Amino acid sequence: MNTVIIYSIIILSSIGIMAAVILYFVAQKFKVHENPKIDEVEKALPGANCGGCGFAGCRAFAEVCVKDNDLSDKLCSVGGNETMENIAGILNLKVEKKAPRVAVVRCNGTCENRPKTSHFDGASSCAVEASIYSGDTGCQFGCLGEGDCVAACNFDAIHMNPETGLPEVNDDKCVACGACVEACPRNLIELRKKAPRNMKVYVACRNEEKGGVGRKSCKAACIGCGKCVQVCPFDAITLKDNLAYIDSDKCRLCRKCVVVCPTHAIIDVNFPKPLIKGTPKPKPVKKPLTETVPKPAAKPETKETEKTEKKEVTV
Amino acid sequence: MLKTFKIGGIHPAGNKLSAGKPIEKLPLPKIVFIPIAQHIGAPAKPIVQIGDKVKAGQLIAQAGGFVSANIHSSVSGTVKKFAPAPDSGGYPKQCIVIEREGDEWEESILNKEENGDALDSKTIIDRIKQAGIVGMGGATFPTHVKLMPPPGKKAEILIINGVECEPYLTADHRLMLEKGEEIIKGIHLLMKALNVKKSCIGIENNKQDAIKHLTELTSGDPEVTVVPLKMKYPQGGEKQLINAITGREVPSGALPIETGAVVSNVGTTFAVYEAVLKNKPLFERVVTVTGKRLSKPSNFLVRIGTPIKELIEAAGVSSIEGGKVICGGPMMGRAVNSTDIPVSKGTSGVLLLPEEESKRGQEQDCIRCGRCITVCPMGLEPYLLATVSLKKQWDVAEEHNVMDCIECGSCSFTCPTNRPLLDYIRQGKKNVGGILRARKIKKQ
Repeated sequence: MNTVIIYSIIILSSIGIMAAVILYFVAQKFKVHENPKIDEVEKALPGANCGGCGFAGCRAFAEVCVKDNDLSDKLCSVGGNETMENIAGILNLKVEKKAPRVAVVRCNGTCENRPKTSHFDGASSCAVEASIYSGDTGCQFGCLGEGDCVAACNFDAIHMNPETGLPEVNDDKCVACGACVEACPRNLIELRKKAPRNMKVYVACRNEEKGGVGRKSCKAACIGCGKCVQVCPFDAITLKDNLAYIDSDKCRLCRKCVVVCPTHAIIDVNFPKPLIKGTPKPKPVKKPLTETVPKPAAKPETKETEKTEKKEVTV
Repeated sequence: MLKTFKIGGIHPAGNKLSAGKPIEKLPLPKIVFIPIAQHIGAPAKPIVQIGDKVKAGQLIAQAGGFVSANIHSSVSGTVKKFAPAPDSGGYPKQCIVIEREGDEWEESILNKEENGDALDSKTIIDRIKQAGIVGMGGATFPTHVKLMPPPGKKAEILIINGVECEPYLTADHRLMLEKGEEIIKGIHLLMKALNVKKSCIGIENNKQDAIKHLTELTSGDPEVTVVPLKMKYPQGGEKQLINAITGREVPSGALPIETGAVVSNVGTTFAVYEAVLKNKPLFERVVTVTGKRLSKPSNFLVRIGTPIKELIEAAGVSSIEGGKVICGGPMMGRAVNSTDIPVSKGTSGVLLLPEEESKRGQEQDCIRCGRCITVCPMGLEPYLLATVSLKKQWDVAEEHNVMDCIECGSCSFTCPTNRPLLDYIRQGKKNVGGILRARKIKKQ
């Protein structure tokens, strides 16, 4: 009885050792030589696998970073400048700081501004609705409100507001990965430069119809009057297809355009002081601010412009 | 045993309310909106100016490419403007707006028919092309392109589609009853154009009177046979009809000409007759206006460009509240959000469904009953295609032949858990189609 046990142990152990030896040599023979830096870079990345960098996940991004040996056109939007600096440290490269961005929904077609003209009865998806017809309101450019952007967000940063029927971005959670931008069939969401205290001035409309037609469907439609273009001191506003667009890289948040916009299509959010005393603002400040993004260069400028702007209004 | 197609199919209630109503001429509209894109392919190019006087039947927009069609004025009057009017999807589409004055037709349109014996294939196709005829069953594919098979392919049989398997619609049915002789002449013209010696008219056996009428008319004609078909939706689909009549199957991704068959709708055939023998371009068509709420479901002969609200009013409805207005039939038609939509060459019906009939049920989870697979006339797996489209797995959708879907809606109709299968499959088709096109461009 004992000998059976001993023989079994010996035979099995010897098979095990032989297999180990074979595996060792095979592993040596077929070893994939990979740059160890790829692993290091991957470790430095947040591991969200969101695809915001334009590659198929963090590993793919790490491989490209190491292979290209150049970080000038690359950005991990989740990790931001800090992560990019870490990667640059690993790869002994230099990297420029890039301005952080945030998703902005360019539609203010709330239930009040844009009454419903029909009821959509199909599958609850913006993509389906857009492929079937022009939408349940009179505006064929505006938000469809079925929440494809909410479903696309991996960071819990965008939610539907049941009162307005529009999606709202949580600026602190948004990492500018661009998943919602891809998901929106109406191309309403844009990644815009993040300003201190999440202050924003933008045209909340994508309606390319002529003024009268656009206004008929939505009270807050941009009518392409061009007043904002004239008043902008920084050439940040352009007018195309009856629609104004504010370039967030040029805009210095002076809010002159907000004052002149006759339809309140240009909206300002998260400003500490209301624009003009006594006049109701088109959109109230959404939430208390938890943290501010340090960006010393822009701060004094905004203050200055705010002041000058205030003077003009009171005069 | 009646013929029908092999795979799948459903039996929706017929509801042919307007089957007994003769075709009436709708009073002429005051103003018409004629879309410049009423067909598959490139939009036509307008050749009139604002302020021009036009006559009914005058060419106002020229075909914008090989796969495109001419567009003619449907009324006599003045060109007012070029303005957008909503299409059946609600998106504004460019239209030529003509204000009507009187009803003067182009002199070249003959009252009496010409003798067509001397015409050759090329002349017939040319006249069809000039008249701007497109497939009037709803697909609006330019007919002259269909009549010129690609090199190496030869048509053997002409199939005339008198199936009208969509519930409610009766436009083709009435046309077969009232214009039978003209349709038979049209068939002979099409056969000559295609150089084929055999033709079948497929009619579902719920239209016994039409079968009888056309069988009598073709009794002494060895070339044309009337084939009664078993009732089953979507028998009017080109591929299903070819399968039902010839027993052949159109291969995946191929054109129907691969089977040697060319299919033409009875409405198109009648338009061909008028174009070739009377020199009358396509500017009016029969439209069924129907629904259970209507006091007077009717079949109207309507000028192209008439807003559908005029049809609805003429059929005895003053206001529309709740429910759906559908352009086309209840299965494949499109619910519209405006009644300003003009009638185009492909509008076969306007249907008003009350809310209790049209409302979709609450969507629930798939119970894996497999009914959608049983009824799919293309032999696909709709539950799978819908799921992978929802999950954006376009590669899997492509592998399971999503592009073969004919969007007949049988799967959504039959689903016991009210899943909007077709909505999702259309997304799959759209995205896979885009991928395939991109791949093709890359190859070139």
